[in-house]
Amino acid sequence: MKNVLLIDFGSTYTKLTAVDVEAEVILGTAASFTTVETDINDGLSAAMAELKSEIGEISFDATYACSSAAGGLRMVTSGLVPELTGEAARLASLGAGAKVVGVYAFMLTEDDVEAIRGEKPDILLLVGGTDGGNTDCILHNARMIAEMKPDFPIIVAGNRNAKSECMRLLSGLEAYACPNVMPKFGTLDIDPTQKQIREIFLNRIIKAKGLSRATELLSDIMMPTPSAVLKAMELLAKGTKTEDGIGDLVAVDVGGATTDVYSIADGMPEQMNTVYKGLPEPYSKRTVEGDIGMRYSIDGIVAAAGVDTLSKISGLSEERVAELVEAVKADKERVPDGEDELERLDFALAASAVREAVRRHAGTIAETYTMMGLTYVQEGKNLTRVKRIVVTGGSLIHSSRAEEIAAYARFSPADPTSLRPKEASVLVDKRYIMAAMGLLSTYYPDVALRIMKKELYNGATE
Amino acid sequence: MQAYRMEFIMEEKRKKVLVIGVIGADVHAVGNKILYHAFTQAGFEVVNLGVMVSQEEYIAAAIESDADAIVVSSLYGQGELDCRGMREKCDEAGLAGIPLVVGGNIVIGKQRFEDVEKRFRAMGFDRAFPPGTAPETTIEALRELLHMDEK
Repeated sequence: MKNVLLIDFGSTYTKLTAVDVEAEVILGTAASFTTVETDINDGLSAAMAELKSEIGEISFDATYACSSAAGGLRMVTSGLVPELTGEAARLASLGAGAKVVGVYAFMLTEDDVEAIRGEKPDILLLVGGTDGGNTDCILHNARMIAEMKPDFPIIVAGNRNAKSECMRLLSGLEAYACPNVMPKFGTLDIDPTQKQIREIFLNRIIKAKGLSRATELLSDIMMPTPSAVLKAMELLAKGTKTEDGIGDLVAVDVGGATTDVYSIADGMPEQMNTVYKGLPEPYSKRTVEGDIGMRYSIDGIVAAAGVDTLSKISGLSEERVAELVEAVKADKERVPDGEDELERLDFALAASAVREAVRRHAGTIAETYTMMGLTYVQEGKNLTRVKRIVVTGGSLIHSSRAEEIAAYARFSPADPTSLRPKEASVLVDKRYIMAAMGLLSTYYPDVALRIMKKELYNGATE
Repeated sequence: MQAYRMEFIMEEKRKKVLVIGVIGADVHAVGNKILYHAFTQAGFEVVNLGVMVSQEEYIAAAIESDADAIVVSSLYGQGELDCRGMREKCDEAGLAGIPLVVGGNIVIGKQRFEDVEKRFRAMGFDRAFPPGTAPETTIEALRELLHMDEK
């Protein structure tokens, strides 16, 4: 027996997963409520007590942890053109597991600088210009940022011709230089920046947020939680040298305040008569919808879906939907708990959240008639051929209708321009182990992959 | 270190940057590829946007790459409609004065090219070229527009 403990310090829960890596089984899982005010050690020891009551007294050979506690990894990005370097910076930050709290384009104004101060980011990512391209914007922005004398670190990943000057302008501050996120038009190079983000997260942010106390007794926190989940998804899709993955996938995690969507797929056009437009997107892409969530961001779901649609999906009257939405807004802790009407509303909310978040994540296709006949213009990723949808996160996995909810991630003939998976089966992460497996995969990729396959196919629709 | 120094020298004599592409709902890709190679050979740094390019895409790419000129191709006869308002959009986007060059089958039917050129000049294009123009002619015009042969 070789036991490994995996910890996810969340903003509301501390989750534990105990694994025997030799037998390749999950020994048990446990979760305990965490509050920001109290020491996170309390949450950890409560969860440990629960775990031990489930699986008995046990010792661990290794412990690995990830964290999204204390607001997660908050980032602000500043780029040049919103659809180009601006988007590259956003994709880089989200893929590194950050919560993007501010996105700025073109030259920063004094008001922008004030707003950034208010957003209290953990890291600011400064980009702009292709290599050899525009330098005015990034230099102006570096000057503006230097003047505000920030106490947060800055990553400079723009036009290489402006790099030295930017670093000079930012001297005396904690600044790091990385290769340009968009070195050439239409080319992304975000890996080095993501590596730098993670390094800063490990060295600085964990300590600043008082999380290191909890880890002194254990091993280090290795990465932000979303980054662990993305790692698990990549492993699950691609596999290892010795173990096959399950192929391209889309994953959805609907939370109380935000909805995360992951896609592990190339997504480039399938046919010759399709022209691709816009920035090519990363093979492993993560997006976060800050206005789509079951409780704190319920308004965003209602705005996106409409009360009429929620009424249709839930079978409740429009008046009743509106009443119940107000009721859960007033009492955000309220869960269905067997209450039929609320269960139906939550189903409609989750289904609409999945549909809207995946629609925003997936690419679009438009028909255009040209002199050469019918032509298609694709923007973003084509996910129609993806065969697996993975469902994770508390709001979905505890629902008895998780698979029905996930079906809303699929392609819809009523919305034919949205390139969502056409014939995908649904896999439910019933025991909420994706983050833990992402952590485990750092040292035991084959074991993590086999456990994920075992767990997910247990409740599969195939 | 060697590579860095090379880059440094190149930066001293920065190549002129061109943004090129085929405008509108036009999918003629061959001429675009020929121009890309011809311009690159002639010593330009070329940002090629390919086919079906909107005015906004040329402008966004020109901003990021700090382009010296935008070269618009159109082969399907709708160029005049597609190019309308482009100069004004460049002005709005902070690219005031950037040279705009257009060429190809830019209008419908047989028209006197002098008239066509006049109309494109009135739209704010610096040069317009008729069908069958050799890349060398365009390169010559670009060198002149960008004052590349002046000491």
